[in-house]
Amino acid sequence: MADFKLRRSLLYVPGNMPSMLQNIPLFQCDAVQIDLEDAVPLSEKDAARILVRRFLDNYKVRNKEILVRINGLDTKWALDDLKTVLPAKPDGIRLPKADTPEVVEHLDTLLTEYEEELGLRVGHFKILPSIETAEGVLNAPKTARASDRLIGLAFGAEDYTATMEINRTKTGEELFNARMNVLWGAKAAGIQAIDSIFADVNDMEALRKETELIKKLGFTGKCMINPRQIDIIHEVFAPKQEEVDYALEVMDAIKRAREMGTGVISLKGKMIDRPVVVRAARVLNTARAHGMVDIVINEEDINGTE
Amino acid sequence: MEILKKGQAGTMQSSDLMVTVEPADRLLIEIESTVKKQFEHLIRAKLEEVLAKNAVKSGKVSISDRGALDYAIEARLEAALQRAGGA
Repeated sequence: MADFKLRRSLLYVPGNMPSMLQNIPLFQCDAVQIDLEDAVPLSEKDAARILVRRFLDNYKVRNKEILVRINGLDTKWALDDLKTVLPAKPDGIRLPKADTPEVVEHLDTLLTEYEEELGLRVGHFKILPSIETAEGVLNAPKTARASDRLIGLAFGAEDYTATMEINRTKTGEELFNARMNVLWGAKAAGIQAIDSIFADVNDMEALRKETELIKKLGFTGKCMINPRQIDIIHEVFAPKQEEVDYALEVMDAIKRAREMGTGVISLKGKMIDRPVVVRAARVLNTARAHGMVDIVINEEDINGTE
Repeated sequence: MEILKKGQAGTMQSSDLMVTVEPADRLLIEIESTVKKQFEHLIRAKLEEVLAKNAVKSGKVSISDRGALDYAIEARLEAALQRAGGA
């Protein structure tokens, strides 16, 4: 539970648009992903990376996590992207087309070289790989363990449906298996699972439904393309007050149980044991990040002492 | 560096600028800006700073500015110079 960082909302910002870049400090999202890939036309790749570099050089006091989506490592732009942008010390790299663990390992090696060159701690730069092809989905469990730098796996439904030669729907039945594989891969490796963007910025009701669905499945954050989508995503990910109250009761109940020498106890007719406590701890950690409670949950609260 | 050919970078979007650099015998700077009255001297100072940093001794630099901040002026001029650097 040491590295509990909220990443509910990850906003894409086009790398070649000063009007969007300079609003980054104002956006209320948890992270931004400055885009050098799909949002930048081929003729502007060179200019965009310079613009991003100079923007980040000047954005010194940062109030959110900054990731840069570079071009795929199989393109001729990726190395120049890294070389230009890394000296401005973004928090990490969003890696497109992370189809295999080897792609992530390759980026890991490159980042280590830059860290040594820049005098940074090895491991400073994080990686968020995009799982966005059929191959990427199949390899997700291995990719999730490819590097200690990974903060999560990010599912990219737009490219995924393109590689599957299917249409993306607002209800998302076609994404179910892929999402589950990404989730299992991420959870088994102990990292976060971040869901895809929702493309229709005018349909807030469908955005809410999709966010509720992916939260239910286990995703802890969602990417987005428009700052207008931030509020709904935060609303959905915020724990409900009754969930928080119940979680507090669970923590209290298990403490009493352990004082009585048992690991299981009944609370309002429901059995409370370790898995329930783990879920309650997660709710309280999220609630704490939302400023709803003040308590810090540690391993001892979850597991008890020997 | 030397400006070997014409190079252009930027856009005409708000908060951006379009920079054109081309070979010339001496250093010339031309500024068009929506905020020329208030900020011409600051824009010029920023352009001169970037030109000096890149050791540009001669060339014509024209900009059409739509209210860009310093970082964007710097980045667009750097990109234009890079594109004008031959190869």
